[in-house]
Amino acid sequence: MITEEQAGKAVGEVLGHYKKEKKNLIPLLQEVQATLGYLPRKALQGIADFLKMPDVEVWGVATFYNQFRFVPLGRYHTTVCMGTACHLAGGRLILEALERELNLKVGETAEDGKFSLERVACIGCCMLAPVVVIKDKIQPKMTPFRVEEALIPYKQEARGELEEGKSESKS
Amino acid sequence: MMTFEEIRNRARSEWETLQNGVYILIGTATCGRAAGALDVVDVFDKELARRKLEVPIVKVGCTGLCHADPFVTIAKPGSLRVAYANVAPDSVPRLVEGYVAGDDPCLELALGTVEGGDGETISIPELPRFERELRLILRHCGYIDPENINHYIANGGYGALEKALKMSAAKIIGELKKSGLRGRGGAGFPAHTKWELCRKAGSRPKYVICNADEGDPGAFMDRVVLESDPHEVIEGMIIAGYAIGAERGYIYVRSEYPLAIERIQIALRQANEMGFLGDNILGNDFGFKIEIAAGAGAFVSGEETALIAAVEGRMSTPRPRPPYPAESGLWSKPTLLNNVKTFGYVPLIVERGGDWFSSIGTEGSKGTAMFTLAGKVVNSGLAEVPMGTTLRELVYDIGGGIAKDKQFKAVQIGGPSGGCLPEALLDIPIDYDSLREAGSMMGSGGMIVMDEDNCMVDAARFFLDFSTKESCGLCTMCRLGTLQMLRVLEDITAGRGKIEDLDLLLALAEDVKMGSLCGLGKTAPNPVLTTLRYFRDEYEAHILEKRCSARVCPELTVYYILPEKCDRACEHCVLTCPTEAIKGEKGEVKTIDQEKCSKCGTCLEVCPPEYNAVVKLSPVSLLPSSKSPAEEAQK
Repeated sequence: MITEEQAGKAVGEVLGHYKKEKKNLIPLLQEVQATLGYLPRKALQGIADFLKMPDVEVWGVATFYNQFRFVPLGRYHTTVCMGTACHLAGGRLILEALERELNLKVGETAEDGKFSLERVACIGCCMLAPVVVIKDKIQPKMTPFRVEEALIPYKQEARGELEEGKSESKS
Repeated sequence: MMTFEEIRNRARSEWETLQNGVYILIGTATCGRAAGALDVVDVFDKELARRKLEVPIVKVGCTGLCHADPFVTIAKPGSLRVAYANVAPDSVPRLVEGYVAGDDPCLELALGTVEGGDGETISIPELPRFERELRLILRHCGYIDPENINHYIANGGYGALEKALKMSAAKIIGELKKSGLRGRGGAGFPAHTKWELCRKAGSRPKYVICNADEGDPGAFMDRVVLESDPHEVIEGMIIAGYAIGAERGYIYVRSEYPLAIERIQIALRQANEMGFLGDNILGNDFGFKIEIAAGAGAFVSGEETALIAAVEGRMSTPRPRPPYPAESGLWSKPTLLNNVKTFGYVPLIVERGGDWFSSIGTEGSKGTAMFTLAGKVVNSGLAEVPMGTTLRELVYDIGGGIAKDKQFKAVQIGGPSGGCLPEALLDIPIDYDSLREAGSMMGSGGMIVMDEDNCMVDAARFFLDFSTKESCGLCTMCRLGTLQMLRVLEDITAGRGKIEDLDLLLALAEDVKMGSLCGLGKTAPNPVLTTLRYFRDEYEAHILEKRCSARVCPELTVYYILPEKCDRACEHCVLTCPTEAIKGEKGEVKTIDQEKCSKCGTCLEVCPPEYNAVVKLSPVSLLPSSKSPAEEAQK
């Protein structure tokens, strides 16, 4: 998680590039999210103050659009395409397999911050359906069984890091 | 500042230099990248460097043959231009040695020869689809470098702008009227009417907005155009600005399309540098600037008034019309809002005249139609055909028919706003009016083919689920009516449906259409209405027999291992079942514990094809009793 201080500083830097015009609200939210990975409360307040808008209006716009997130994503962010072509090729089974393998529901981030799971409406790679994206890498023509295989290297990497983390904290 | 003549001569000489040597074209649009095109580029770079060959690699957009990605063409002056499909990194050394350095065209890897270019649209005559296609908007796609404005100019680009600036606004709009061009966003409103309304509107400033918020799942033609030939859209927008008297334009593009945004940014910068944008364009008393507005993910933003709200920085909700954006749009000023493809046609219409354009297509729908083909077809990708081409030609001649010898069931056109059409309607011509009559619509042009393994009730449920999630919530019938329809469909797919539900669905559909302000709600019932109209038997089977003929709906389907086919010694299913639902010692027939089975399909997938012992059964009552004959007898 990002501290309030970090959020305040990052927002301050982003705001410096914009005029105080209401039409800049969405670009501001996008740039702050690109910098911090998500939109912490403090950042939303900072944007509202800057544009002299009520907090609730900024919150309203931010929650309206699918792009904005209010919790950080996992390090191995996983998205399942649930577009038409993917659905017809068994997208639901893929989604269920991911939920089972990651022990997460759609929209959740694991407590250790390693994995997160999201669904998207379509990433436009219909000829590769069904598609999963793990840490920005497209995994084409998934099957329930291949989901398990595709996750193995990431799970191993994540475990390696966890162990390193533990040994560091011990020493 | 250089004159247009000088700019064009310079661009042509750069293009000719390229044509006079050996060069390699690699498709690197998003679809190509997903298939690994950038790795292929890397290996080509290394292989060329290793052999000290100075051969340029041109990173082009998409040819529309997405099924063939990564797609590579090797061009040699005085020799055949050869296209290669599905190029793997390890076949690159062979291509470099064979055809780049030598004279062996590596026919075993080749898809065909590329003809055309130099003003003519490229084609691959070996592929039957090119007999059906007429590529206007796609004419440069996969042929020029979208990040190099000189490639566009050398192939005729910005010539239409130069011509338009010598014409009167009324003359340009007159050509548009003659052309019969209708808006390509889906609704098919005549383009010239919008332009004329904007031109006549008294208030200033005026705005031009390009709608690139392509939110239909399964449609990606706007993305391909912007990634492959962004300048044709920009040129169309500048001409529009001149014709209606606007000084500023916006391209509203989804942020889910990062590569398209990047390529538009590059294109805008280059157009500014060349003097096609900015003040005093090409020395005329006309200035125009274009900015990008990146969407933040809302399907409803595709509706014009909702899109305007988004550009203004508000929640993207529609408002009642009139007033139309042409009179009161962005910041309540006259605003011309057209789709990517509509702007894409403009340079061609100015260049070749409205009469030329209206000679293509049908009585009521002029020009070409662009479709993305996906789902159960052999060749998925993008196609551009004259209006009036039949659905059958598109699915079979261009799409190559149904994959894996399965039976065709339906073609879904227009995404969540469109409908599912059956085999019997495959011979209707593609045009705005025929599709609407059939209960579907042109929509954005996403076309998804379904086969016998797809359940039509489930497909309707899928689209309703999408519309429910994307409804902005403003209109009650759209917000709650679609949700109610979804609940009914969920009941039917789960085997809880009643036959009266079908009438309830029809009644709700009418209410949702009537009670919604914008296109999202007005068209959201279409997938349900068309499936009910053409596939009512499937609904009835779900309700009356608890049977899903495609064996898709999980509540109505069970997995079963055929004892006579099970190998007994093989344990693939037992070892991979995530819920440990499959029992059976080595040497025994494996059986599924239905209580534990999560219906994930893993056993069906891993059962080796030589046994093929796992089957799906629907209705559930087909499941043979697990009890032994003795137990049965006792009962």
